Amino acid sequence: MGQLTTRERELAAAILVALAVVGIAMAAAGRADPLGVHGAIVLLYSMVLLFLIMSTSFGPAPDPSRVSRYYDDPIKVGVAFTLFWAIFGMFFGVWAAAQLAWPSLNFDTAWASFGRIRPAHTTGVIFGFGGNALISTSFHVVQRTSRARLPDQLSPWFVLFGYNLFCILAVTGYFIGVTQSKEYAEAEWYADLWLVIVWVTYFVLYIRTLARRREPHIYVANWYYMAFILVVAILHIINNLTIPVSLGHAKSYTIWAGVQDSMVQWWYGHNAVAFFLTAGFLAMLYYYLPKRAERPIFSYRLSILSFWGITFFYMWAGSHHLHYTALPHWVQNLGMTFSVMLLVPSWASAGNALLTLNGAWHKVRDDATLRFIMMAAFFYGLSTFEGSFLAVRPVNSLSHYTDWTVGHVHAGALGWVALITYGSLYTLVPAIWKRERMYSAALVEVHFWLAFAGTVIYVFAMWNSGIIQGLMWRTYTEEGTLSYSFVDSLLAMYPYYIARAFGGLLFLIGAVVATYNIWMTVRGVPVAGGERHDDIPLAGPLPEGAATRPAE
Amino acid sequence: MPELLHRKLERTAIGFVLAIIVAASVGGIVEIAPLFTIDETVENADDMRLYTPLELAGRNIYIREGCYACHSQMIRTLRDDVERYGPFSLAVESRYDHPMLWGSKRTGPDLARVGGKYSDFWHVAHLTNPRDVVPESNMPAYPWLARTPLRLDDLGSHLRTQRSVGVPYTDEMIDNAARDAFGQAVPDSQQASGVTERYGEETQVSAFDGVTTRVTEMDALVAYLQVLGRLTKAAYRNTAAPEQPPNPND
Repeated sequence: MGQLTTRERELAAAILVALAVVGIAMAAAGRADPLGVHGAIVLLYSMVLLFLIMSTSFGPAPDPSRVSRYYDDPIKVGVAFTLFWAIFGMFFGVWAAAQLAWPSLNFDTAWASFGRIRPAHTTGVIFGFGGNALISTSFHVVQRTSRARLPDQLSPWFVLFGYNLFCILAVTGYFIGVTQSKEYAEAEWYADLWLVIVWVTYFVLYIRTLARRREPHIYVANWYYMAFILVVAILHIINNLTIPVSLGHAKSYTIWAGVQDSMVQWWYGHNAVAFFLTAGFLAMLYYYLPKRAERPIFSYRLSILSFWGITFFYMWAGSHHLHYTALPHWVQNLGMTFSVMLLVPSWASAGNALLTLNGAWHKVRDDATLRFIMMAAFFYGLSTFEGSFLAVRPVNSLSHYTDWTVGHVHAGALGWVALITYGSLYTLVPAIWKRERMYSAALVEVHFWLAFAGTVIYVFAMWNSGIIQGLMWRTYTEEGTLSYSFVDSLLAMYPYYIARAFGGLLFLIGAVVATYNIWMTVRGVPVAGGERHDDIPLAGPLPEGAATRPAE
Repeated sequence: MPELLHRKLERTAIGFVLAIIVAASVGGIVEIAPLFTIDETVENADDMRLYTPLELAGRNIYIREGCYACHSQMIRTLRDDVERYGPFSLAVESRYDHPMLWGSKRTGPDLARVGGKYSDFWHVAHLTNPRDVVPESNMPAYPWLARTPLRLDDLGSHLRTQRSVGVPYTDEMIDNAARDAFGQAVPDSQQASGVTERYGEETQVSAFDGVTTRVTEMDALVAYLQVLGRLTKAAYRNTAAPEQPPNPND
């Protein structure tokens, strides 16, 4: 934070004081309600940050030469947040999985019961781990591909710390019983409002950086980051339109009801997958893959095709979560149709990524980091195919409500999102800390195999359990009665639930290994010799007509 | 040519932003907006009742504990769904559900028509420790519900907020919310009669958790579970046959 100007420090202090006042107001208005607890958390959070700001505010003014370098300090903190949330979220995932096999593992406490830690897991990994990874890498990528420094020093910190406050409010809320029950949008109204403020700042920051770019063209990765920021804002606002019981209550009631609510929820839910867990991470793919492989993206036209295909088609697909329900039939069919069509842009992306590796496959063999990225593209292709397949009505009649859906989600979340994130982090960390290399290439290798084995075990366990479950529910006896009671199908699940918890545990151990490796890289690896002269913003006027190829 | 067009678009951040918004908006508008032509989306049901304050409080506990993560409340139009759980769900049945709790996963069975299927006593025993009544179950135990008094004083504001999002609670219902919640769980009290007057004769007034000296969260949750699928009989009057699932035995 040493690079904040005096004015920025004053502004930061003012924002934090205002936030502290909001915290006090929430604590007072919500004395008899969980809202009061959240008021105390907001107060505490802002006081800690205020203390940090105050302790640097009497330091020297920032070095004027800073503007000739990229602003990477927020990225470093963002990486730390990413690693923390990964372990937090995955730990709760393993715990929740273990509870399904051994239900007494909640120790009969309210906060640790499955229904409360399950959203802590999903929010922890999607928004905590995924979100922080997206924010950190977007700050890195937008500066490098625009050859421009972030426009100021305060707003990246505001976005980063503001976003993490949202995550903290969301997760702690579930433990004390605060939830909207909308899947992947469980946080209550005040946290949602706060996220809107943070997100608008993020958007403005991103656009301002792009406006300062010294490259004529906006690089593909930035298209995806922009789509991610914009569409997530639209989804978040519309799905979270609620009316609180009072300003002293954490509880609110959504303005949507019944069938309309179900459609809004899954329009949100599916596009949270599309624009949070796909678009943003494709942005990582489009930057870190060519960087690491030292090969240009295979096809520019395929990039255009898949970008607009994903942006347009995905928004139609949400209703495939509601096959055979009380949602009107025509909406279900539209959702199915567009889900199948989505395979085209999805495989265009995956194919574009894998074809980029042509001529660099020996690097995939030798470099575990590049293998993370390659395997991520592979799992992206696999889970998008599976997604289109599961969206077909007759297939969905078997798979829906079963563990197959859970397996599908984790093929995407572990195999695609987490692998691309770690591949990007292993590329990003030495770059921004200016280290020669990671602390241990062997540990990257260990992490790769732990992650890969964990994903495969998890996904196979859930495929098996899901298909068995779906078949048992619809099996009839000779006399035309249902063959199995529900409990019969549950009993058949236990071996798979144990296998799934084990697969998840391997993945979690991998995340711990990664955190240790990154920590030791920052602590112990010597700084790369000599200034890297290409890793600085461009100065001077934009060379006319130059660089029609995307930067880097 | 299209490539040239795109090369131009790539040069302006604002143009790109607008293009993304346009491309991403179409699907949602086409699929969601028509659903608000409510007559065609949601059937009529003249006998549709509202949740009582106690049932609404129970619903909020169901939400708080994340029950929706493992239990759906949506019986699909499939033969095996219908034979296992009852007539398939109609849109009108969740007409006043803010939010809907259709769910997405059946780690446990569907609950759309669980109301009346088991006794109050069974539910209390099951929620206190599921394995006492279903030895194979992996459901969490909720023993604290029976120990925790239900917050009654703010139920009126809950009903008022529900009304502001479109649920037709009357002033009288809002004013008597706390009394009605108490009355529904304490059948011998003088508050009990008002509940059926306001919410209909079909309303179940019962000492849900077996204790009538105080109203607990267990009372509320069991009251809610017992009303599931019983707000209207529309689904039982519906004569449309369920779709046949593709049967692997055929």
